[in-house]
Amino acid sequence: MYDKEKKLVDAYLRGTVSRRSMIKGLGAMGMTAATASVLVNASATRALAQNGFDWKKHSGQTVKLLLNKHPYADALIANLDNFKELTGMEVEYDVFPEDVYFDKVTAALSSGSSEYDAFMTGAYMTWTYGPAGWIDDLNEYIMDPAKTNPDYNWEDVLEGVRKSCAWNGRPGGALGSEDAKQWCIPLAYEQNNLTYNKNVFERAGLSVPTNIDELVETAAAAKAAMNGGYGIGVRGSRSWATIHPGFLSGYANFGQKDLNVSDDGLLSAAMNTDVSKDYHAKWVKMIQDSGAPDWSTHTWYQVGTDVGAGKSAMMFDADILGYFMNGGTAEAGNLAFAPFAANPDAAAPTPNIWIWAMSMSSFSKNKDATWYFMQWVTGPEHDLFGAREMDLVNPARSSVWADEMFRDKLAASYPGYVEMHDVSAPGASIKFTAQPLFFDLTTEWAATLQKMVAREVPVDEGLDQLAASVDAQLKDAGLG
Amino acid sequence: MADIARPKPRKGFRISRGLLPYLLSLPALLACIGILVPFFTAVAYSLQRYRLSQPWARRWNWGENYLNFLSDSSFWNTLKVSLTYAFLTVGVELLLGLGIALLLQKRSRFNNFVSIMLLMPLMTAPALASLMWKLMTNPGFGILSYFASLIGLEDFRWASSPQTAMLTVVLVDVWVYTPFIMILLLAGLRSLPQQPFEAAALDGVPRLFVFWRITLPMLTPFLLTATLFRVIESIQQFDIIYAMTQGGPGDRLTVFQVEAYLNFFQSTNVGRSAALLMILWAITYFLSNVFIKNWLKLREKQRGDI
Repeated sequence: MYDKEKKLVDAYLRGTVSRRSMIKGLGAMGMTAATASVLVNASATRALAQNGFDWKKHSGQTVKLLLNKHPYADALIANLDNFKELTGMEVEYDVFPEDVYFDKVTAALSSGSSEYDAFMTGAYMTWTYGPAGWIDDLNEYIMDPAKTNPDYNWEDVLEGVRKSCAWNGRPGGALGSEDAKQWCIPLAYEQNNLTYNKNVFERAGLSVPTNIDELVETAAAAKAAMNGGYGIGVRGSRSWATIHPGFLSGYANFGQKDLNVSDDGLLSAAMNTDVSKDYHAKWVKMIQDSGAPDWSTHTWYQVGTDVGAGKSAMMFDADILGYFMNGGTAEAGNLAFAPFAANPDAAAPTPNIWIWAMSMSSFSKNKDATWYFMQWVTGPEHDLFGAREMDLVNPARSSVWADEMFRDKLAASYPGYVEMHDVSAPGASIKFTAQPLFFDLTTEWAATLQKMVAREVPVDEGLDQLAASVDAQLKDAGLG
Repeated sequence: MADIARPKPRKGFRISRGLLPYLLSLPALLACIGILVPFFTAVAYSLQRYRLSQPWARRWNWGENYLNFLSDSSFWNTLKVSLTYAFLTVGVELLLGLGIALLLQKRSRFNNFVSIMLLMPLMTAPALASLMWKLMTNPGFGILSYFASLIGLEDFRWASSPQTAMLTVVLVDVWVYTPFIMILLLAGLRSLPQQPFEAAALDGVPRLFVFWRITLPMLTPFLLTATLFRVIESIQQFDIIYAMTQGGPGDRLTVFQVEAYLNFFQSTNVGRSAALLMILWAITYFLSNVFIKNWLKLREKQRGDI
């Protein structure tokens, strides 16, 4: 890089020059915006190389990754050259679409394959992988100054997100407890809030709902005003993934839990309380009155594309899904964001979160080198690069959320997004009870919800049946 | 001359007569091992309490997984759904396949062309066919939803309604696999001896009588073969149902394979998943035996008649 370009990029990194000015300046020197992005992080990499840590210790070694097709993986791949330059290591990777991704991970790990050293995962999955002995506790690396660079700044990772990736392995054990093992390290995470179509709301004279009753009413009013569309998009397929986004976020806001944990560590169903029944009844009515006609087959994909195509007036789902639907869709630029607390008496939203994170395979034959990659990809430099230059939303580090350039970028194109994040982030964490039957019980919960919406079973009866079945399964597994 | 006539003894590697049979059967033996090792591994898993997320609780429980099925309503639902699905799909496909085969029985350029065209759905991967149908039945823009609305079925919810989910997946299965039955029966019809039909025509026997008394009995071995293949495949159905509804709504479509898949890959409950598949294997084995025995009996009978 020539001196002039280098100085301009360094000035941008110091924050003395805006992104627009930097790109304009580099453009005058004959460089494109894409090249500018790479240069920016090359500069950050040089700074990282000078922190006294022996980044070249594993030079010449290769790590292999298993990645899910996702913008987070795209950000990782876009920045890989800088890692290779920093460490002298090679990185290979396989990318699979999400539909088959976790089957591939399960097959690779359960067979004890050493093909992949590290892989992308969700925190819920580590409740299976950890106790099965397939992944390593990363605390031993994070806490070892000989293996972790001094600028890694682990405490910078948002507390709720960091703790949600740590579990002591005891069924019902609190996430992030003192004795918890760090099964994965977050790349980025999703909160569940409202994404709504400004135009539809303006045309129908609707205001943004602030609790579950208003949500039910607004969804119905929006449907009536939409001429063929529907009021609200929420997931409905027969899968655990139907429970964890909007549904559980609202549920947790009423102080409700999935399971009770007794003093002696036994688990029992907690979803058939009066408050829970009331919440379920409202949720079911909302879908019956204003949800998608084919709701029971809707995954995140249909929920997102429908709001992007203008078929639904709003969705209560992952905020980043709204983020991605606000570009390149029929309704691009018309979507807005709002935090949502279902309980009118709650002080703030309490979104359940989904985390895309990195785990290290216990079968890796190259663990120290793998950790070099993991600390780089989850470190502040890559997080900042991904947030500023790519679509790594929501970054998991507080320093990145404090970055003015990142906030300005969001504020310019995604109205209300930053404010929504700031309001709901303090209450954001995983609201499920960590235990080995997570996928069984939540899938059954989703199937029960489907029966309720289809009027095959009344809400209170359905929840009592679900609770009885959950208790029987917990008992059978020796957990209840 | 004598030198030329006498073959020269061949040089090189020679296999003894005693070893030859074993060597010849070796490929089959290797193939058997490749099948039997996973099979017996699955049998062993089905006799264990084995959940990947609770490795500490893994132990032999012998027949407990199977005994649990007796009091497990979701198992009985799975059995019911699987049998209903197999019965409906194979029944409809046989009727349609036979009807189409009868229509195309006469050899002509047009009939040959149509029979080839009708094979197209069979060349579509069932998972892709499901995605096509999912789009066609979408309530917002699906062409089938539009047609349904034209005949007064407003808000027809296809696979997303418990009342019509089975109908929808059966329709997809019928669309994909009817050509299979059609082509098998068409080949059978065209291979039947012509004398009985000619004699019946000379005697002026009504066509319906010819169908019931001549065509159908002679076609039975083909019908049995087609039914055997389709029953085995449809009772093991996975891709169409999983791609359309993942077994929902509720537990309306949780057939054996979907339930076993979810048990293994989602719940990591290896023991239950393997036990379910063993039950499925037993059902398939039983049905295959019934069909093959009947098919053999029929063949013997036909040979005797001739």
